[in-house]
Amino acid sequence: MTIPIEYYLILSAFMFVVGVTGVLTRRNAIIVFMSVELMLNSANLTLVSFSSYMGNSVGQLFVFFVMTVAAAEAAVGLAIIIALFRNKLTVNIDEINILKW
Amino acid sequence: MSLELIIFIVFASVAAVSSILMITRSNPVISALFLVLNFAALAGLYLLLNAQFIAVAQVIVYAGAIMVLFLFVIMLLKPEKEKFFSSHPKIKIFAIVITALVFIQLAFMIFISRPTPAANPAVAASVNAGTIEQIGKELYTNYILPFEAAGYLLLAATIGALVLAKKKFE
Repeated sequence: MTIPIEYYLILSAFMFVVGVTGVLTRRNAIIVFMSVELMLNSANLTLVSFSSYMGNSVGQLFVFFVMTVAAAEAAVGLAIIIALFRNKLTVNIDEINILKW
Repeated sequence: MSLELIIFIVFASVAAVSSILMITRSNPVISALFLVLNFAALAGLYLLLNAQFIAVAQVIVYAGAIMVLFLFVIMLLKPEKEKFFSSHPKIKIFAIVITALVFIQLAFMIFISRPTPAANPAVAASVNAGTIEQIGKELYTNYILPFEAAGYLLLAATIGALVLAKKKFE
């Protein structure tokens, strides 16, 4: 534990920013979804590093729950993408605009 | 340069590079595989942080279960090249500028303002905090209600996914 915690935090911030860039620039719904997973993982890294540097396991419990929610989100989200693909035959999020006015 | 720092640099650079490659590849299958590599590097970082249980759960749940689900869906929905999707280059430049600003802000917050006076690494305490024994004790005593709620959430997600992916809505 000789590494300063700032290194972990900066890596986590970098991964979060890359995930945001992916969500904003990509047009494939599945890749947008994977970028969201990347952002969840960067938040997990922050939680684990603080938990470990403070010697307290509550942060790791939070990561456990985040993983549960991410699994549920992936299952439901991919089912939604399959249902959308069945209706519109595309995963391009520019063409999926039935909720736009 | 200590061994710990070298291992950290290796895992961190793998994680950072694979995350960038993930959002730049046009083939979704390759992007999913880079995301798996990123998750594996993160599991290594969790081990470096003495979080053994989370590292194992990361490999099993994320790299195992969730990414297999993603790959299944990508294969089902034929991996079309995204080059054919029209995308405005202006949006790309705008997004990169905005996120670079946010990153600089975060880096400023982390390095200059030093918000972590409590982070004096107590190695014995942190090794103890990461064991499956300690996490299980917390999970089944203080956090039993969120644990049960997580079970219900997974049940609801399973039923929801089945209903959504069913062939027809009657």
